[in-house]
Amino acid sequence: MSDTPTLVTLDGNQAAAHVAHLCNEAIAIYPITPASPMGEWADEWSSLGRTNLWGTVPEVVEMQSEGGAAGAIHGAIQAGALTTSFTASQGLLLMIPNLYKIAGELSPLVLHVASRSLAVQALSIFGDHSDVMACRGTGFAMLCSGSVQEVMDLALIAQAATLEGRVPFIHFFDGFRTSHEVAKIAELSADDMRAVLDAEAIAAHRARALTPDRPVVRGTSQNPDAYFQGRETVNPWYRALPDIVQGVMDRLGARTGRRYRLFDYQGHPEAERVVLLMGSGSGAVAETVDHLAARGERVGMIRVRLYRPFSSTHLLQALPRTTRALAVLDRTKEPGAGGEPLFKDVTTALAQAFMDGRLAQLPRVLGGRYGLSSKEFTPAMVKAVFDELAAPRPRQGFTLGIHDDLSGSSLDWDPTFRVDANRGVTACVFYGLGSDGTVSANKNSIKIIGEATAHHAQGYFQYDSKKAGAVTVSHLRFGAEPIQSTYLIGDGDADFVACHQEVFLGRYDMLAKARAGGVFLLNTQAGVDEAWGRLPREVQEQIQAKGLRFFVVDAYGIASDKGLGRRINTIMQLCFFAIIGILDLAEARARIEEAVRETYGRKGRALVERNLAAIATALEGLHEVDVAGLPVTGHRRRPVVPAEASAFVREVTAPLIAGRGDDLPVSRFPADGTWPLGTAAYEKRDIALEIPRWEPELCTQCGKCPLVCPHAAIRAKVFPSEGLEKAPAGFMHAPVRGRDFPAGWRIAYQVAPEDCTGCGLCVAVCPIRDRRDPGRKALNLTPDRAFHDRQKPAWSFFLGLPEYDRRALQPSKIKHAMILQPLFEFSGACSGCGETPYIRLATQLFGDRMVIANATGCSSIYGGNLPTTPYATNPDGRGPAWNNSLFEDNAEFALGMRIAIDQNRRQAEDLLRTLSGALGGERVQALLEAAQDDEAGIHEQRHRVTALKRDLAGLDRPEARRLGGVADYLVRKSVWSIGGDGWAYDIGYGGLDHVLASGRDLNILVLDTEVYSNTGGQTSKATPLGAVAKFSAAGKPREKKDLALMAMAYGDVYVARVAFGAKDVQTLRAFLEAESYPGPSLILAYCPCIAHGVDLSNNLRQQDLAVAAGHWGLLRYDPRRLARGENPLHLDSKDPAIPYRDWALTETRFSVLTRTHPDLAERYLRQAQADVESQSFLYRQLASLAVKKAGTPPEGA
Amino acid sequence: MDLVTRYLGMDIRTPLVPSASPLARDLDSARRLEDAGAGALIMHSLFEEAVRGEEEGMSRFLHEQETGFGEAQSFLPAHWDFEHPLDDYLDNLRRLKEALEIPVVASLNGVSPGGWIKHAEEIQAAGADALELNVYYVPTDPDEDSAQVERRYIDLLQLLRGHLNLPINMKLSPWFSALPAMVRRLERAGASGVALFNRFYQPDINIDSLRLQPSLHPSTSGELLLPMRWIALLHGRTELSLGATSGIHTATDAIKLLLAGTDVVHLCSALLVHGPGHLETVLAGIREWMDAQGFESIDEFRGRLSYLACPDLGELVRTSYIRILDSYSFSPGVMT
Repeated sequence: MSDTPTLVTLDGNQAAAHVAHLCNEAIAIYPITPASPMGEWADEWSSLGRTNLWGTVPEVVEMQSEGGAAGAIHGAIQAGALTTSFTASQGLLLMIPNLYKIAGELSPLVLHVASRSLAVQALSIFGDHSDVMACRGTGFAMLCSGSVQEVMDLALIAQAATLEGRVPFIHFFDGFRTSHEVAKIAELSADDMRAVLDAEAIAAHRARALTPDRPVVRGTSQNPDAYFQGRETVNPWYRALPDIVQGVMDRLGARTGRRYRLFDYQGHPEAERVVLLMGSGSGAVAETVDHLAARGERVGMIRVRLYRPFSSTHLLQALPRTTRALAVLDRTKEPGAGGEPLFKDVTTALAQAFMDGRLAQLPRVLGGRYGLSSKEFTPAMVKAVFDELAAPRPRQGFTLGIHDDLSGSSLDWDPTFRVDANRGVTACVFYGLGSDGTVSANKNSIKIIGEATAHHAQGYFQYDSKKAGAVTVSHLRFGAEPIQSTYLIGDGDADFVACHQEVFLGRYDMLAKARAGGVFLLNTQAGVDEAWGRLPREVQEQIQAKGLRFFVVDAYGIASDKGLGRRINTIMQLCFFAIIGILDLAEARARIEEAVRETYGRKGRALVERNLAAIATALEGLHEVDVAGLPVTGHRRRPVVPAEASAFVREVTAPLIAGRGDDLPVSRFPADGTWPLGTAAYEKRDIALEIPRWEPELCTQCGKCPLVCPHAAIRAKVFPSEGLEKAPAGFMHAPVRGRDFPAGWRIAYQVAPEDCTGCGLCVAVCPIRDRRDPGRKALNLTPDRAFHDRQKPAWSFFLGLPEYDRRALQPSKIKHAMILQPLFEFSGACSGCGETPYIRLATQLFGDRMVIANATGCSSIYGGNLPTTPYATNPDGRGPAWNNSLFEDNAEFALGMRIAIDQNRRQAEDLLRTLSGALGGERVQALLEAAQDDEAGIHEQRHRVTALKRDLAGLDRPEARRLGGVADYLVRKSVWSIGGDGWAYDIGYGGLDHVLASGRDLNILVLDTEVYSNTGGQTSKATPLGAVAKFSAAGKPREKKDLALMAMAYGDVYVARVAFGAKDVQTLRAFLEAESYPGPSLILAYCPCIAHGVDLSNNLRQQDLAVAAGHWGLLRYDPRRLARGENPLHLDSKDPAIPYRDWALTETRFSVLTRTHPDLAERYLRQAQADVESQSFLYRQLASLAVKKAGTPPEGA
Repeated sequence: MDLVTRYLGMDIRTPLVPSASPLARDLDSARRLEDAGAGALIMHSLFEEAVRGEEEGMSRFLHEQETGFGEAQSFLPAHWDFEHPLDDYLDNLRRLKEALEIPVVASLNGVSPGGWIKHAEEIQAAGADALELNVYYVPTDPDEDSAQVERRYIDLLQLLRGHLNLPINMKLSPWFSALPAMVRRLERAGASGVALFNRFYQPDINIDSLRLQPSLHPSTSGELLLPMRWIALLHGRTELSLGATSGIHTATDAIKLLLAGTDVVHLCSALLVHGPGHLETVLAGIREWMDAQGFESIDEFRGRLSYLACPDLGELVRTSYIRILDSYSFSPGVMT
């Protein structure tokens, strides 16, 4: 045994990265949730110069895709390096071709996978084994960890075994449940690793490297005479591998005391009923087995650790001979198969053993699915499995954790069943605002408890799919025994419930989690006497019914007083320790203070002082409310959606919004992933602390406020004055200005008070100030709740007003365009998002005829993450049709749509011609030759098509029926491909380039945030020189790729570079021109992002500065100008007007480098200045080139 | 040839004192300035507002990045620790003191009384030879009159004087209605010198975005006329050291200001454009001119064209307008 291990508190991703970084030399990475943190850790350690076991700093290289990463590790391993990578889900799928190669060449490496669902009927970032199961055929060995400790141990076991056995490994663990669970574990030291790794195996690997000094050829093509035999040559390695893995496990066990087996049995020694599974779910099963076995039930479980190669010998050794019934649980689904993979492997192994006589009695084997996309998997569900195993006619192919009323597959479970493991565990649940520091404080509390006490501790965090006003739920457990409860803290189980944001009480039934006699802590600005009266009735009832102790603290007051803004984490953390009493309060305080110093470091000395001051006074603000005898008088929570919502919204969307989606049965869900539009309008998240108030008498009606609104929460409408007498008191309107509109009509700029996020961009852009009071604009943010409440009926009234006739508007004018109805509203994007205004604008201009292919990323998450969808329909029921295929294929996906639409249109045109006798030649000609280049043209064509369909219904001809099915395609459709720079510049660039070269009529909108925003700010090829981003901690060392110039090189591609915050009219024109251009169009849209390290209330200013500094020159390249004898390139911004640094240093992504690497920062700033000047010069030259007219010699010739 | 000058109570070897610029951040360029003949060095200004802004920015974007969104717990790598801007400034000051023999003057721009005092005390403790207060105030309130504005400066100076021992130099804007009186009040309040004048950031207007945008243009020699006049008016009438700043690019510029009566000449833009070695060129030019004029020391010609040296006030103020016009008048000998 080695020395006493160091105990550390960390999550699964960090545990894997710890081993991977120490044991490797070349690491190729690419961001993907939930595996990204592994790459980030590796990159961070290398950038800080942390060396591996052999004293060198591993080289970490970010690739353009997981396919690229797989190629890179294949190359590195072939050239003799110790190599690794990290991935999940779709990323793993992209690696598959190389995985076959790597395994086929017996190349030792470990690929660490935070296993995650695959995109099927929908994408999901959560955990299951679908991804790794898709790799069964690759030849990779597969080793599974079920806890954070196992991740660290099995990462090393995989590393040692691959070197000894030459078969590459996928080491996987459950995404989020294990990758993001924080636990106190024993750390493996470098000495542990050296002791377990075989130096001779490493030397042998290096000796096999491709080198011209000992040249060999690999990767040949083989013919029928050779390939098959070659394929069989590897069998000895696979036969040897299980024993090699067990040998390594034994070596590690001898050193650390933690002993693993390929199949680990736990339970009654003469078990009759056994559950077999792999991954984190084994924690819940183990607790259930212990509980039942303690009550004399002959039950047991088998944890599968080595899944490939599948060793039936070792399985048989683990399985009690007394087993009569065995349930094999798979965390994946293989539609159409006779069972899921693990079930089939086990069944086959047992059947073979039975046939061979190695097994005397064949137990009944049941297969079941559980836990897809991190679906809860609890001891109660496990109990249901054991019950099913005892049933006379148990169900085959059951499901667990859902209510399958469609196929009847699901097992019912008793939600009140609890296991002994829950006793002696203190369970705490915290509801926090994503940005208030609750999660980081809780991670720190786990660390403190882990380090300061003998207790074991576990933390798991539920995050939000919303980016603005996100809610987090932290689940903390601690107790004397190791915690293997791999499920959320359930109803009635929490000793402590904290609500860090009072508004959540109206949304979530958090006290359902509280056990009788537990504690409820509320952060509220109400005093101790008022707090009770402000609670919703349901909360008051539960406090009384469960006899909860109720504490309040005004953490916002303390934070604000100490200069911490709304950052309440340390205050709430100390209150938690004071109430829960797990360790001496003085020690808790000292440790929190120590953590504050450690967190902020030298650079945050003022923050340290402020936090320490807040900690010093935190407990003065903590009070217990004596609830005995207090009356239940609160208001009831309002319904999640209004009664007039559609049945689908009431029955499906509403439970999803309320967090009760787990209760929805299978039959309620669409079978093919098809969902209705416009449901974001039901969420009414009401997260703005201040909303804009319009001042009609000041307003010049320019339309800039709706243009910049990221959430379509301020709208313009022009309407007649009739009916205004019914308007609610808060509805404001003014005579519409301008001769373009009918005399006497009114205009309103109306805020949606419960949908606004309070970003303030509308106020920032408002150019009108009150001359008598320059602080007052035509729009002003106000915290006035009475105004807010008056605007709710005003908004409803506004929505009921008719939409203005699109034909009468001139969309090239901002004011007019902003009267068009947005068909993208209230998305979950960040407050002040730089991307969404472009999408909203596109839907205003073309939404009723748009088909959108959306690359995975921010825009697919805020565009299509349930529970609701922001794309909406107009009063005619038309709106954008939207789909997200993948990250890498979005341009191709859009091209496919274009092809299909064009095919349908051509078919309709052919059928029209065929039927011209019956329909009338003139009419057919009108349909075929209709000009559809403006709203009026499209409107008229729609009328023609409506009439056509009506008449076709009366024609009894097969062509007429066929034409009826495709006649709508006679109206022009606008195909859009939307995605971020990660897609367009990196992973999808090949496809984008191909589509640009296709000449087809589609519009590509690149929302350029200059990093992978959705996964947390990783470097892309759009990242500017010198910008700090993940994977470029010392600044991006080379300039941004010039995608505009590359696209212009084709000559027939419309290209625009836009930034609505710098020149809104240019953005509008570019969208109109791009859409009208009958070939490929590329709009590169500048999008300030939270990842830039700027507050997005400055979104518009940052765009302006980026343009003024020459970083983002505005341009439009329209090939149609050539035909007019003009240069197609038109520059819409002037030469750089301000020094590059005057823009760059306003953003933390640049300014932080001046603090961490001042010399480098200075060099990059100077180089960037030179670059923007030469770029500007180049573009000026291009824009001023003479154009050769067809058939004429060039000027001067 | 004696170039020694008295500045803020210290004898310095030449009257050329590079003013606050990035050159003082870098030890190498600071050494080059000393080698080129700088008499003292003024560090770049520590802006309390910038310190606060950086604290808040770093806090928000490095320490507190979490948003609660499931796929991203952070957005910028935050693993590099670095000095707090104040500590960084103090370290820089200590390093400059260790590396240089010439006096080092720290420069401070505060916005709150607490900020001024706290930062100034730490600067004194770190060994600065003097402190320049870069007082940056744009009065916008119509109800605040000039007396109140001046009071701000005096109050601040008195406040700091009460906490500090080291000499304090006041860097002023040109917009005082009675500058000589203001300088006298500063002298009485305990200042050791004044620097004339501060150059302000001036916003420009972008007519496309309809928003203000920053603009900053390097100084030109033409700008030195403004400080030159006021130096000339103040020389010999105050015990305070006089420093001239804005628009000094050449030896000619420096000589003019010395003739007007300045104690030291601050250079900035010219050094940024031409490098630290330019200071040597300016110094050589001064020496060459002194040699040609037969001056052995600076004091022999300092203030020769100041208010005190002028026969009447008109030479410097009222009649300077007339003299310009006069240069266009015909010779009395010409028949008109």
